[in-house]
Amino acid sequence: MAKTIEEINEKIKQGKAVVVTAEEIIGIAREKGVKQAAEEVDVVTTGTFGPMCSSGAYFNTGHTRPRIKLGGGKTLLNDVPAYTGLAAADLFIGATALPDDDPRNKVHPGEFNYGGGHVIEELVDGKDIRLEATAYGTDCYPRKKLETLINIKDLNDAVLFNIRNAYQNYNVAANTSDKTIYTYMGVLRANLGNINYATAGQLSPLLNDPHYKTIGIGTRIFLGGGTGFVAWQGTQHNPDVPRTEKGAPKRGAGTLCVIGDLKQMSPRWLVGTSMLGYGCTLTVGVGVPIPILSEEILGYTTVTDAEIFGAVIDYSSDYPNMKADILGEVSYGQLKSGKVKLKGKEIPTASLSSYPRAVEIAQTLKEWIINGKFLLTQPVAPLPGVESGITFKPLKERPIEE
Amino acid sequence: MAVSKRIVLHFPKRLVNRPIVSRLIKDYDLEFNILKALVTPEEEGLLVLELSGEQTEYDKGIRYLTETGVRIQSLSQDVLRNEERCTHCGACITICPSDAFELDPLTRQVSFYNEKCVACVLCIKACPPRAMEVHF
Ligand code: SF4
Ligand code: SF4
Repeated sequence: MAKTIEEINEKIKQGKAVVVTAEEIIGIAREKGVKQAAEEVDVVTTGTFGPMCSSGAYFNTGHTRPRIKLGGGKTLLNDVPAYTGLAAADLFIGATALPDDDPRNKVHPGEFNYGGGHVIEELVDGKDIRLEATAYGTDCYPRKKLETLINIKDLNDAVLFNIRNAYQNYNVAANTSDKTIYTYMGVLRANLGNINYATAGQLSPLLNDPHYKTIGIGTRIFLGGGTGFVAWQGTQHNPDVPRTEKGAPKRGAGTLCVIGDLKQMSPRWLVGTSMLGYGCTLTVGVGVPIPILSEEILGYTTVTDAEIFGAVIDYSSDYPNMKADILGEVSYGQLKSGKVKLKGKEIPTASLSSYPRAVEIAQTLKEWIINGKFLLTQPVAPLPGVESGITFKPLKERPIEE
Repeated sequence: MAVSKRIVLHFPKRLVNRPIVSRLIKDYDLEFNILKALVTPEEEGLLVLELSGEQTEYDKGIRYLTETGVRIQSLSQDVLRNEERCTHCGACITICPSDAFELDPLTRQVSFYNEKCVACVLCIKACPPRAMEVHF
């Protein structure tokens, strides 16, 4: 039955493609069997919507008259420092950047009300952003100071460039200490008072293509409400972890580096986010279409929450101390029931990523494809798999000797 | 003049087991009706009361509470959810001590029941997109 991406695109253009979400395919395959489902379905859409810290955006502001070299100087966007180690009018802002005068965790837990993620959200929302810059002045770029409002519609380029998004699986967080802790996995109450997790599970892009058979460099995706592409594997991409028989990694594994034109994205899908006591970040919507090229590929998309497992990590000691110990393994089916049993205790669970919004992403992408607005791309290179020998190394500290 | 107000008392951990409220009756001749009592994850005691009595005695009673270290909040503070900003992640569910948030097991949408809220404000800063707001 093997189909090709060209054949599927031909069907999309003719308005004949059969597209379902990664949630819908579960029931379809159960009813019709994997073989028939693989013949009938052309594309399965996935989605995830959660806080993703390694996100950011770069811009070209256009040149001032007289010229200023922002590169190597200092530039603030709504008081949040942007990275200027680039050419004269290029800037990068990362989701976790904070204003210099933010009190951070001086009074613990810090609130982190506004940071880089919020700047990106406001920019995408079409709001004016204050740009304040100082530079050192050169013969060709004499100006030393700039204060102006900027707006996304006037920028030459505004590009979302997230170097790590859409983790294939993630830690499940708990706290065994006797006091509340404030982490990037949310507020964790003392004595295993709650458990937080962050994945769209059965809808999550890389959990539906666990061995990266279709998702690769150049795959066109839903990104932040617009379209984007997979640019590379994400940082910390680590395919070689324990997996279930069906291939689902039981730990954080693959990741995606994604890129797309910020000008066509929307603030509904790029939300500035504050993690109490931890910092600022950006909640990002990512959706990836999976072309059903074979029965095997369809088989992977039928994965359910009950078949995906995460490791519960103690964020009060094991995580901060880089210990590999885990408190246990639980399925996302259990986590989503609202309670899990661990160490003889029934513990309430909560999610940090939004499942309803992941469903909305998968549905939106499905509609785009059905309406012929979104064609699939053939990856130009695959993402590294288990065979690549990639490992995820800790930092080996070495003394600096004069 | 007689007054009757709904207030939230926050008892720091060290005061949780002290007979503070009973002194309000004895020393200030105030009447109270406990609407809700609970202990937050930080082991702070939380008491939602309807407190009534003569204005002068009421004011003295409130001063007494403040001096012992009880933080007082008026229930006219209303906690509301900005529906536009809520992403339905669910992070608030295990934060709220009074079960004001409920998860629909099928759609996984998070409902907020304002009438169950005791205005402890724990969710305000714990909500990642800051969708929960206090209104006065
Ligand atoms: S934590 Fe905030 S965004 Fe998440 S469900 Fe609760 S109110 Fe909505
Ligand atoms: S303020 Fe928030 S956490 Fe506190 S009771 Fe109300 S809804 Fe629950």
